[in-house]
Amino acid sequence: MIGDYTFGEFTSILAMQGFAGLILFSVFVLMALGLAIIFGQMGVINMAHGEFMILGAYVTYICSHIVTEYVPGLFPVYFFIAMALAFVAAFALGVLVEWGMIRFLYRRPLDTLLATWGLSLILQQVYRSVFGAREVGVTLPDWMMGSIALTDMIEIPINGLFVMALTLIVSFAVYFILFRSAWGKQVRAVLQNRVMAGAVGINTKRVDALTFGLGCGIAGIAGSAFTMIGSTGPTAGQLYIVDTFLVVVFGGAGSLIGTIASAFTISQAQSTMEFFMSGSMAKVLTLLTVVGILMLRPQGLFTLNIRR
Amino acid sequence: MRDDVPGNTLSVSRRTLLAGIASLPVLAMMGQPLLASDYPTATVNTTGLAVTDDTVKVGILHSVTGTMAISETGSVQAEKLAIEQINAAGGVLGRKIEFIQEDGASDWPTFAEKAKKLLVQDKAAAVFGCWTSASRKAVLPVFEQYNGMLYYPTFYEGLEESPNVIYTGQEATQQILAGIDWVVKEKGAKSFYLLGSDYIWPRTSNKIARKHIEKLGLEVVGEEYYPLGHTQFNSVINKIKLRKPDVIYAIVVGGSNVAFYKQLKAAGIDLAKEKPLLLTISVTEDEILGIGGENMAGAYAMMKYFQSLDNDNNKAFVEAFKKMWGDNIVIGDVTQAAYLGPWLWKAAVEKAGSFDIDKVKAASPGIELTTAPEGYVKIHDNHHLWSKARVGRAKLDGQYEVVYETSDLMEPDPFPEGYQ
Repeated sequence: MIGDYTFGEFTSILAMQGFAGLILFSVFVLMALGLAIIFGQMGVINMAHGEFMILGAYVTYICSHIVTEYVPGLFPVYFFIAMALAFVAAFALGVLVEWGMIRFLYRRPLDTLLATWGLSLILQQVYRSVFGAREVGVTLPDWMMGSIALTDMIEIPINGLFVMALTLIVSFAVYFILFRSAWGKQVRAVLQNRVMAGAVGINTKRVDALTFGLGCGIAGIAGSAFTMIGSTGPTAGQLYIVDTFLVVVFGGAGSLIGTIASAFTISQAQSTMEFFMSGSMAKVLTLLTVVGILMLRPQGLFTLNIRR
Repeated sequence: MRDDVPGNTLSVSRRTLLAGIASLPVLAMMGQPLLASDYPTATVNTTGLAVTDDTVKVGILHSVTGTMAISETGSVQAEKLAIEQINAAGGVLGRKIEFIQEDGASDWPTFAEKAKKLLVQDKAAAVFGCWTSASRKAVLPVFEQYNGMLYYPTFYEGLEESPNVIYTGQEATQQILAGIDWVVKEKGAKSFYLLGSDYIWPRTSNKIARKHIEKLGLEVVGEEYYPLGHTQFNSVINKIKLRKPDVIYAIVVGGSNVAFYKQLKAAGIDLAKEKPLLLTISVTEDEILGIGGENMAGAYAMMKYFQSLDNDNNKAFVEAFKKMWGDNIVIGDVTQAAYLGPWLWKAAVEKAGSFDIDKVKAASPGIELTTAPEGYVKIHDNHHLWSKARVGRAKLDGQYEVVYETSDLMEPDPFPEGYQ
């Protein structure tokens, strides 16, 4: 492999490939965080996670149109507004879904799988009816599209940096909310012992609704950010769902650290292998590795010790 | 088969060809309407198809729900437009076309089931439909068993020839060979990096491309495939940067397409600089809507039709299409091929003087269409179309500028010898 290239070329490729792995890592964390909260903290298998992401993407699409139409001056920074609105929209829909559907299914995790899968089909068709079956293009401000050339060979994509920064911010926000705020304490209390939490005066239903909403809202942010790197169409959410579950399950349900560790492992394994072989083969090997590790550690990389 | 080449339209220059087309009266498309009374139902329909004294039923079978709806919507719109225009011009053998639309729902068994319904229950005289090869393979046994006619619009990998199907899109050699020759001759390309989504069409097309490139004595420096729906292309982009090919030859489809072009741009590969140059057979104007013109500008596509084609047929077609479906709509290669279906069927029925499937089949080879938006097409004995190959360069506004077209029609060759 090295034989054909000069030393300089080889190091710059290493650097770029490492960076590609980091971008993939950020993408995985961003898309899996919301699911990890819902799956880990509530035990709900949310098959409609991808559709919540696409809701965020469509909100961004609508924002880009409104801004170019009415306030073109804001265009360079509209993306931040769009992400906030994407969070609000996905959060609101999440709370609504929790109230209308999920709360009746808490003791039946497999039924949540079917119900949310049905929900994902419904949402897809709603998007198709509202926005049309074709993919839509989200116009981004110029400053977000280019790359920074460090040397002749090494070029750092700006949208990659953006996703990495966003992932950091969202991860810290989630950490703060769940582990440093009073509300987070309630969430963890409900997770550990629902009856007892109710007995000490925590409104468990409200906690459930807000937790589900938070997970969906983060999915909305992720979807909004992914308009930079992926497609926006009624069924685009399906592209992410498998990887998302893979990351969450491999990391160990219930553990946010596990989710991050698993995203790191999978992304690095995949981008390293992609460099040495064809993309399809890299995927197969990644999945095989994950299957192998899960056979040894069925509970995933990290687990919480909870009394159920 | 060279004597099959239709007349002298081939040798004339593009300019005189255009002038020739322009001089045709626009109403030639409509022709002299035939009267149903001259063709009694009992004689034109001996096999019990859904033909009455004033109507004939046909089927439209595409996905309007599910993942493929993105691609198939344009085909449905084109077929409806063609049917409306044919009806306005007096119908087929004096009979108005009524269509029954079924939804294949992006699910191949559903396609087969709906095809059977259209043939057995509705007795459709022809069906316009399918998009993916998988859906076509699923309905093929149905059409052969119940003897129906299918007009299939998509460019595809070839390796198929059924008496019950008319393939109005290009098979792989028609789409690829001329484009590669052009890029080698005009751009001096020496090395190619082949890239595709991992299923039959990109793999077969890349096989043909690789054989052709190697026959020319040039080099393929990489060939690889990514699973359908893959969204992260940073690794392959790094590999491309490392191998420094003259041409990236990409057949990425669906949602992956958008991710690939956005990331290519973000990684600092400016397609407009043509270093490397990008050549694709999977991005039509339809796909650019999702990718965004600013991410695609400067890339080259090999198609037989672009919305920007400058001829009178196409101008009338684009105008009618926009009038029916809205000003913002774009028209891709497959949409135009789908539009040909009903017109080719009408021509075959009227040549045969009958709706009977066997007579339509027998009449089909040799059918010409001078009114096609892409110019002139003719049905080959192998049920594919003679058509020109063209190369277009993507512009910022999401349209293609035609930079090359073959002077001759390309012969369809679904089983290319030496390329398999």
